[in-house]
Amino acid sequence: MALVLNEEDDMLRDAARGFLADKAPVAALRKLRDEDDPLGWSRALWAEMAQMGWAGILVPEEYGGIDYGMVGAGLIVQEMGRNLTASPFISTAMMAVTALRAGSEEQKQKWLPAIAEGKSIIAMAVDEGVKHDPAKTALKAEAYGNGYRLNGSKAYVIDGFDADALIVAARTSGEPGDEAGISLFIVEKDTEGLSSLRTKLLDSRNYALNAFDDVDVAGDALIGTLDEGFGLLESVLNVGRTGLAAEMLGAAEQSFDMTVDYLKERKQFGTIVGTFQGLQHRSAHLYSEIELVKSAVLKALQMFADAPTMAGAGAALAKAKAGEVAILAANEAVQMHGGIGMTDEFDIGFYMKRIRAAQELLGDYAFQADRLASLRGF
Amino acid sequence: MSDLEEFRKETCAWLEENCPAAMRKPMRSEADACWGGRNAVFTCDEQKLWMERAGAKGWTAPEWPIEYGGGGLTREQAKILKEEMAAIKARSPLVSFGIWMLGPALLKYGSEQQKKHYLPQIVRGEIRWCQGYSEPNAGSDLASLQTRCEDKGDFYEITGQKVWTSYADKADWIFCLVRTDRDVPKHNGISFILFDMQSKGATVKPITLISGRSPFCETFFDAVKVPKENLVGTLNKGWDIAKYLLTHERAMIGDSGSGGDIGGRSIGQITVDSLGTDAQGRLADSALRADLARAEIDGWAFMLTMERMKDEAKAGQGIGARSSMLKYYGTELNKRRYELLMASKGHAGLEWEGEKSRDGELPRAWLRTKGNSIEGGTSEVQLNIISKRILGLPAS
Ligand SMILES: Cc1cc2nc3c(=O)[nH]c(=O)nc-3n(C[C@H](O)[C@H](O)[C@H](O)COP(=O)(O)OP(=O)(O)OC[C@H]3O[C@@H](n4cnc5c(N)ncnc54)[C@H](O)[C@@H]3O)c2cc1C
Repeated sequence: MALVLNEEDDMLRDAARGFLADKAPVAALRKLRDEDDPLGWSRALWAEMAQMGWAGILVPEEYGGIDYGMVGAGLIVQEMGRNLTASPFISTAMMAVTALRAGSEEQKQKWLPAIAEGKSIIAMAVDEGVKHDPAKTALKAEAYGNGYRLNGSKAYVIDGFDADALIVAARTSGEPGDEAGISLFIVEKDTEGLSSLRTKLLDSRNYALNAFDDVDVAGDALIGTLDEGFGLLESVLNVGRTGLAAEMLGAAEQSFDMTVDYLKERKQFGTIVGTFQGLQHRSAHLYSEIELVKSAVLKALQMFADAPTMAGAGAALAKAKAGEVAILAANEAVQMHGGIGMTDEFDIGFYMKRIRAAQELLGDYAFQADRLASLRGF
Repeated sequence: MSDLEEFRKETCAWLEENCPAAMRKPMRSEADACWGGRNAVFTCDEQKLWMERAGAKGWTAPEWPIEYGGGGLTREQAKILKEEMAAIKARSPLVSFGIWMLGPALLKYGSEQQKKHYLPQIVRGEIRWCQGYSEPNAGSDLASLQTRCEDKGDFYEITGQKVWTSYADKADWIFCLVRTDRDVPKHNGISFILFDMQSKGATVKPITLISGRSPFCETFFDAVKVPKENLVGTLNKGWDIAKYLLTHERAMIGDSGSGGDIGGRSIGQITVDSLGTDAQGRLADSALRADLARAEIDGWAFMLTMERMKDEAKAGQGIGARSSMLKYYGTELNKRRYELLMASKGHAGLEWEGEKSRDGELPRAWLRTKGNSIEGGTSEVQLNIISKRILGLPAS
């Protein structure tokens, strides 16, 4: 498939660009932060996005979605990155939907239409330690009555605070570190023994520490096959990683555009600073790096449909490269803005903080590079 | 079956029948490349056969129009051809400055007669070309070139010196930038002209590189007579052609560096071959492994960028200033890759002579990569072009 967008993609992107710049610019994030909003995103805005079909962008039509596919989801999230729009798009519309598409008919009926309508928020509860490492899952699920009993905790769960349900990676056999023996369960918010504590991170988004203390679920809470959930979990994570990569691409592009604009405007030594070759070359280098990210992200998005067996490698490539370059873009943006770049009043710091979080979530550069190296036989 | 699937099937069948077995092995080094030309030296009969067959089919220049000897393929078809050639590890049947550089320029600026005359020869590998751009005092500042070209009525007369002319000693013809007007601003007095290197008054003197090899020359012209019909485009308007050609040259140089395999193995695999792995199948040297992973990530992302830019370019159009980005990134990346290869071979990578190292193939190739970020315009010049033409940052 050619590495270009088609007309429909262009239209979707333009619509997203217009809508987000209007309704959810950086100022909206700043407001959520300043008001210490407990959710970290706006329910009213999410409802509007759902109306435009975004919440159901990966949901099959028979369950009320538009089933546009990953390229469309990536374009939306890229525009969100440009505007630093906070929303449960990646957690719910991308990752949870991917997990549930592999679920039972009842699970699909119950959750997918509600997600597409913007009514249900579902978070993926995977990591437990300070670094992303899904195989290390220790939270235990043991057979109990007709179902399972869960004990343990999940940390830094994206959009896990006040979510309607969590999809939990749990250990049903084996030891932490084993890929085998992991199973996925969907656990609803008000289930007894489940607690949710908001964890504030530097990007002002919604994260939670979810503790499971004798949480009992019925047998039909299992998604997919017992003990064999790792493959599905990886598929879900690859979707999330690619989503974060697209978001970081948007954030990097916007940081870069702001910087180049500033270089054309700011005067020192009687001339605009953009005439200095030291800054020009760094800008040109960053431009080149961002071009690489665009290609990696688009290819990764396309692979979910065109080359599913390669999607894991594509996601690792996109996540690694986007994270690396977005960090560079944010650092260069602050440096080339001089003192003003360090102020809270100026938006660039918000980009820097979001990028720092996004590159860490679901596996940082070293994590993705390690995966790729293994896949490539070294 | 869709047209493209049909095309794929036909392509496979054609390759199966026409690509000799000996040409279905990755090239081990530059020495295995087939350059064609009047004095072509082939490594084996199959190499000649492969060039001739591919040339006759136009598949040495798959996307050029059929009327000029090309393959007449669409971008999609050309991609399929490339994929199917890669699938059987087929070597490029012909590498040529004519295909990479002169051809695109002639297609855009040449007269009908010039296209009909020169392009088919290029496709078939009959004439090998060299590039007469740089001069001793005109490197990055190419437009200050001084090689003189005077109108003598029936012919032009060219006198001056070029330098760093790659393969001038092996080439049959030269595409050359000459000064045809000295009384105007430097960019407005340059013309683009073609001539036979056998012409009286043209001499070459090879220069030895740090690799110990000598692919390029000093080139001298002493009153070389050139027929008037050899001028391409308009007199004094050669700079536009020169720049257009450079965009193709740059994309090509970037591409040849890029992230692909070397001798059919990725740099990670080559390192495993050399150093072995731990029990988990990982390279034991974790710092080297991390650097290799970084280079492979950049290499893959870069190859995708080449592909994307070609996909985005409108049919028949070049990619303009973005070729500077490809040139810059691809060559810097290639230098990194060869640094890693040298590390992966350790002391053995330093061997300069003898059968085992094939006379120092790796260290010589490593040294050669240092020129990648100089030839075709230096990295610094590419960054200047990106700043100015793409980002719109003004010159100081
Ligand atoms: C392997 C190889 C093959 C070649 N083949 C050919 C060929 O076939 N035909 C041909 O015509 N030429 C060829 N060249 C020549 C090549 O195009 C020139 O070497 C190149 O353009 C640089 O010119 P220069 O060597 O005079 O360096 P200079 O221009 O003198 O540059 C010296 C240094 O100054 C820097 N510099 C110059 N101007 C600027 C600026 N404005 N801003 C910032 N930095 C600047 C350069 O980047 C470089 O680092 C080849 C060169 C090599 C290495």
